[in-house]
Amino acid sequence: METIWFCLVAVMIAMYVLLDGFDLGAGAIHFLVARTNEERRQVIATIGPVWDGNEVWLLAAGGTLYFAFPALYASGFSGFYLPLMIVLWLLILRGTAVEFRNHIESPIWIPFWDFVFFAASLLLAIFFGAALGNVVRGVPLDESGYFFEPLWTNFQLGEHTGILDWFTILVGVQALLALMMHGSLWVRLKTRGEVSERSGNVAGMAWWGVLAMTAVITALTFGVQPQVVANFHTWPAGYILPVIAIAGLAGVQFELRRKNERNAFLASCAYLLGMLTSVVFGVYPMVLPARNPAFSMTIRNAKAADYGLKIGLIWWVIGMALATVYFVYVYRSFAGKIAESAESHGHGE
Amino acid sequence: MGSALDVHRLQFAFTVTYHYLFPQLTMGLALLLVILKTLALRTGDEHYNRAARFWAKIFGINFALGVVTGIPMEFQFGTNWAEFSKSAGGVIGQTLAMEGVFSFFLESSFLGLFLYGEKRLGRIGHWCAAFLVFLGSWLSGYFIVATDAWMQHPTGYRLTPGGGFELTSFWGLLLNPWALAQYAHNMLGAVQTGCFVMAAVGAFYLLTKRDLFYGRTFVRIAVIVGVIAAILQMVPTGDFQGKMIAHHQPATLAAMEGLFVSQEGAPLAILGQPDVEKRRLDNPLEVPRMLSFLTYKRWGANVHGLDAFPQDQWPDKIELLYYSYHVMVGLGTIFIAVMGVSAFLLWRKKLFESRWMLWILMLSVPLPYIANTAGWITAELGRQPWLIYGLLRTVHGASPRVGAGNAWFTLLGFMGMYTVLSILWLFLIYREIEHGPEPDESHRAGADALAAG
Repeated sequence: METIWFCLVAVMIAMYVLLDGFDLGAGAIHFLVARTNEERRQVIATIGPVWDGNEVWLLAAGGTLYFAFPALYASGFSGFYLPLMIVLWLLILRGTAVEFRNHIESPIWIPFWDFVFFAASLLLAIFFGAALGNVVRGVPLDESGYFFEPLWTNFQLGEHTGILDWFTILVGVQALLALMMHGSLWVRLKTRGEVSERSGNVAGMAWWGVLAMTAVITALTFGVQPQVVANFHTWPAGYILPVIAIAGLAGVQFELRRKNERNAFLASCAYLLGMLTSVVFGVYPMVLPARNPAFSMTIRNAKAADYGLKIGLIWWVIGMALATVYFVYVYRSFAGKIAESAESHGHGE
Repeated sequence: MGSALDVHRLQFAFTVTYHYLFPQLTMGLALLLVILKTLALRTGDEHYNRAARFWAKIFGINFALGVVTGIPMEFQFGTNWAEFSKSAGGVIGQTLAMEGVFSFFLESSFLGLFLYGEKRLGRIGHWCAAFLVFLGSWLSGYFIVATDAWMQHPTGYRLTPGGGFELTSFWGLLLNPWALAQYAHNMLGAVQTGCFVMAAVGAFYLLTKRDLFYGRTFVRIAVIVGVIAAILQMVPTGDFQGKMIAHHQPATLAAMEGLFVSQEGAPLAILGQPDVEKRRLDNPLEVPRMLSFLTYKRWGANVHGLDAFPQDQWPDKIELLYYSYHVMVGLGTIFIAVMGVSAFLLWRKKLFESRWMLWILMLSVPLPYIANTAGWITAELGRQPWLIYGLLRTVHGASPRVGAGNAWFTLLGFMGMYTVLSILWLFLIYREIEHGPEPDESHRAGADALAAG
């Protein structure tokens, strides 16, 4: 039962990364691909009707984590107190920027929110990456089941780690590059003309960075978190996950050259999915590894009681089926490319 | 204000109070938008569609701020209240997760369609989108109220050997009688916020002699819905809520009413300042025997005062609890009067010419916000000193490793950020109201024609 919930939470987090990932990425690259106000409006229009729904995956994943693994929720959220609060502030700023940008036509209002949107998206991508890095590296949990990490200490992987150390910063950079690639592929798919072309170029450049960082991070991870090696050794079937990631990454380059915009974006999805599932597979059955392995939180010592988990499975499946229907409907309704001209901007009105 | 616990409490109180300023209007307006879309569908009058589009813009701004200020609420259960989350997460995590899964997906998906897809969806489709947004936001309200209701009156759970709580009955949690009562009372409050805001905008247009058709429509709809909500808010829902508190949280009732000494034929305090040290109400204005009657339907019934309970079970902010309760009830009474008189004038076809009444409607707009806030403060301070009533004290619920310094840092951060959001909200909403419901080109001409006519 707890393994099922471990997988379901992982699926929800993966959905969050795939969906909000492209709008975070779009935010991080929009100054690179859009030069004029009108072009930036197009970039924002590609995510305008969907970003809020994408972000709901984060809330839904958080809620699911809360009831399925309450001890993890309590320990992880209070231990990552500062970075989570900073993430919240960035989410507030970013949401405000996307929603309010187009309310006033003014040469100071619009660039201001464009910058907020860019900076918040960029920092969120880095922080989410660093958070993942923290989970992989392990946190200073002790026998009470709690920990508290300051933002940084000496940037080393010692006993008293901070949120940011050289490893987690590297993972943060990797996440930023990956989401920039993902976001530019999305913008490329949803726009026309120069914006679309420039997005393709940015994706192509980001691709090399992603390739290099993937190799580096993977090598480092085997050293930082021994469980990963052990898991792949115990269950060799797990190798399929990194293979998906590599195939996805190769697919991005291949499809970029073939100029198939849709497949390039899907390949990028496969890459992100492969990477995330590899990590999740690598740390299982831990949900929050500790620097001292004796205190690691696992699916067994963090889970809620069985009755709740069983009943949860029923409504979760119903709820997710409904959510999938809404998403398919909404994405189909806003299918197609954003128009280039100002008059028909917005969403086909 | 030194200890970390106080800062955790203050931060949650601040962020949740601020957050709820937005959803109360969202939920109230969602109902009114469905009414406007229904009128548009039934009459075929394009004015109603324009009116709906106008309110949809205000709804969109308000909704966005509700979303961004709402995300911190879910996070803070874990960040600031880790011990509580660890022991009770298996129970209340259910309702919180269901809110995400059942209502947020629904709301966010169809709000995008409602705001941007009117042409694409057609008349019926657009009505459906409005209805689904309404459904999503009202469902969301239910899951939150059910979560709070479990903390007020726990049901469907069992204590575990480790000192935590586990769910034993899903329906016991979801259909908690406290949740049903609190939900009805809470949603009527939200509807009143929606009505007072709509009435105020309508009154503003009528008083400034512009957009007269819309001004009348807004005032008419708001007053008709508002008078019904105002009455139901008091009887039966408010009355029922009071009886539940008397039954399940008697110490809370005593503190709310400022009743320090148990007595038969207890009076109802209308005004007066509680002096907790001296255990009395200063210069009270009281209705004799009324509290006994309201609580037990007998004029001579014995009502427990605070002296009937050990002091360690008294709510810890008695003064604030007393005032928030009295402010809520006082304003609720005023709402019945304002909406009642307005409805009477509307019926006599005099409302739109009664400038004094339109002034009152316009100036009343902050009051439902204050009443709803006071109501929630009453509920949450009334629950003290418990986090889960009778089971877990608030002192034992906070995060053990998050110190006061870090909590102050984030509380100040939220205060700064929310100040900016408030300014933005006021600025953007005022712009929309100033801009008005008519599309740009016909706005001036239309207003002039109406003014001339």
